Amino acid sequence: MSEDASEEKVELQSARRGRVDPHLSIKHYDPEADMMLLHFGPQHPSTHGVFRMDLHLDGEVVIKATPYLGFLHRAVEKLCEKLTYVQQTPIVDKNDYVAPMTNEQALNMAFEKIMNVEVPRRAKWLRVLLAELQRIASHLVALGTFTLDLGGALGGGSTLFLHCFREREMVLDLFEELTGARFHYNTHTIGGNRHDLPPGFDKKVRAVLDEIELRIPDYARMSVDNAIFRARTEGVGILDGELALELGITGPNLRGSGVDHDLRRDAPYAAYDELVPKVIVERGGDCWARTKVRFDEVAESIRLCRLALDGMPEGPINGYKAVRQPTQAKVAGGQVYVGIETPRGELGTFLIGGGDTPTAPYRLKIRSPSLHALSAIPYILPGFTVSDAVAILGSLDPIMGEVDR
Amino acid sequence: MNALFRGASYGAVIITAILSTIAIGIWFERKFAGRMQSRLGPTIVGPVGLFQPLADVVKLLQKEDIVPRDADRSLFDLAPILATLFALGAAAVVPFSATAVTADLDIGVLWILAIGALMVIPTFMAGWASNNKFALLGGMRAVAQAVSYAVPLVLAVMVPVILSGTMQVSGIVQWQQQHHWVALWPVIPGLPAFVLFFLAMLAESNRIPFDIPEAESELVAGITTEYTGAKFTLFYMAEYVHTLVGSAVGASLFLGGWDGPFAPGLHWMVLKTLLLFAAVYWVRWSLLRFRSDQLMDLCWKWLTPIGVFLVLAAATWVQLMPGGR
Repeated sequence: MSEDASEEKVELQSARRGRVDPHLSIKHYDPEADMMLLHFGPQHPSTHGVFRMDLHLDGEVVIKATPYLGFLHRAVEKLCEKLTYVQQTPIVDKNDYVAPMTNEQALNMAFEKIMNVEVPRRAKWLRVLLAELQRIASHLVALGTFTLDLGGALGGGSTLFLHCFREREMVLDLFEELTGARFHYNTHTIGGNRHDLPPGFDKKVRAVLDEIELRIPDYARMSVDNAIFRARTEGVGILDGELALELGITGPNLRGSGVDHDLRRDAPYAAYDELVPKVIVERGGDCWARTKVRFDEVAESIRLCRLALDGMPEGPINGYKAVRQPTQAKVAGGQVYVGIETPRGELGTFLIGGGDTPTAPYRLKIRSPSLHALSAIPYILPGFTVSDAVAILGSLDPIMGEVDR
Repeated sequence: MNALFRGASYGAVIITAILSTIAIGIWFERKFAGRMQSRLGPTIVGPVGLFQPLADVVKLLQKEDIVPRDADRSLFDLAPILATLFALGAAAVVPFSATAVTADLDIGVLWILAIGALMVIPTFMAGWASNNKFALLGGMRAVAQAVSYAVPLVLAVMVPVILSGTMQVSGIVQWQQQHHWVALWPVIPGLPAFVLFFLAMLAESNRIPFDIPEAESELVAGITTEYTGAKFTLFYMAEYVHTLVGSAVGASLFLGGWDGPFAPGLHWMVLKTLLLFAAVYWVRWSLLRFRSDQLMDLCWKWLTPIGVFLVLAAATWVQLMPGGR
């Protein structure tokens, strides 16, 4: 975007907030006056990994914020062009490292679409179960790290953070029992899933869901219902729905701005045509609204998990004829786009098959929701203080592995 | 000469006692925080991790002493020493029993407030001398916060002074022995003044929810960003000393100091101090942090008017009730 457009946008934003202070707008800012340039990150405790912002400060008020990306670039897309189709799943696990399950689901759904492979019904339900469990785990991490940003590693923030991680641990234990791994699950494959539910797994999942549900009111008291939490987050970092749509922001960040959009309901994939989720929308557009959406989505995901367990159909879990060698999975050509609703928003995979080698994609592009969420930073940060900058960044819930890929 | 010698020896004992209490206090805090966060806390060093603070200090002292190239060397070196000194200074006038007091000044309360107000100087020195933007922001916040919260602190402390009619800390305790503990004083001035004091003390010793000068999630480590090794240890210790001495002052002015049945006075004083100390950490590990402007709002729009009202109420009480004192 051009420099001018960004300046106008900032002015527009402050006008919308009803705080038109010429001092806060870049256009009217006197460059001769004292302004401090603060390099915020990449090695800063609250940048959620390696992210850097250049904050131009007047006192503690941010005048201008410029995000810089790319510190965690690992050339995943290029790597995917080199590896065969069946080898790529564990590579993309590391993209969104808080929700690996949905990464591999998105990738394999693109492969299935380009190869015209039918996924059996049980695999579809299994995918919903795994995706919703992953959503619970991911939203718990988001809530925990957000309070860590607000309350500090040596204070109340870390208390909720560790409690959230305790519950996330239970979900990871379930995944470990199912797939044998805590992170590189590699359970989604072309045409379905690799690991079927072990006997008695149903009961364990239900026990975990019950326990998490039991603790949700406690978390509410420490976060979304807490007076200090509300004071820190309400009215901070307001992202209006129009701007969010313009920037391509999806997921809880978009729904927090009052836009009713969820791919699970609007463009159903897997078994979401049968298990219709209730879409949670908040109107505020501030940090609190975004957190509240995630918070309520945990309860909704628990409901979906229970439904998925109740109605889990019998049958095979893979509809693709197993290959003996990785090079036997081939695509002649064509291009597809598949988007799914991960805990962070629309994770898209754009795939062009064929090219020189039929065993690997010609081009694979991953559209990551966190990248789009971070693009809101220059618009919503100016006018708020350094403390708010941390809160706003935390409420957008960016995962740098996914942003830089 | 005799009095001087006695004061000096009490002082030496009290400083040693405070520093060793801090060591136990750090262990206690880490265990306490661990339990609150459903983990164990330190368990490896010594029985139930008791020697963990010792190991921490040894580790910190071994660290290389790094001074940033463009730092203001003299201020940078002086700041942690002054911080510890001022934090310990207020303990001089706190009576730990009827006799155990380093210097029982007539204007003890004034001394406490003056030393407390001085704490802002090493903090800002560190923030400025580090030549680091995060440290500078931290120092700036610290000054704004300490200067503002000195006002409700003074107002809260005025209540026991007005009620008892003396500024001598042991005098205030004796008055409480004869009447009531100030915190239990009927309805208006007593208990609210104690709460006010507690809040202002949290702010003065930079504890959550008022720890914005450090605010490690925003300002990396605030004023201590550039400090390592022994100097960092001094800052770290000064913070704990400040909290502990603040608790001791609160215990003497509001909770009746050494007054209590059955046990010797010293035991009661130590018990009350430690309870307040523990309450500080209870708050610390349960709450989030305010933003600096919200901190100012709270101070000037709520705590200060309440403080003024309490001082007026205490004065009216003393005037209207003959012998109410």
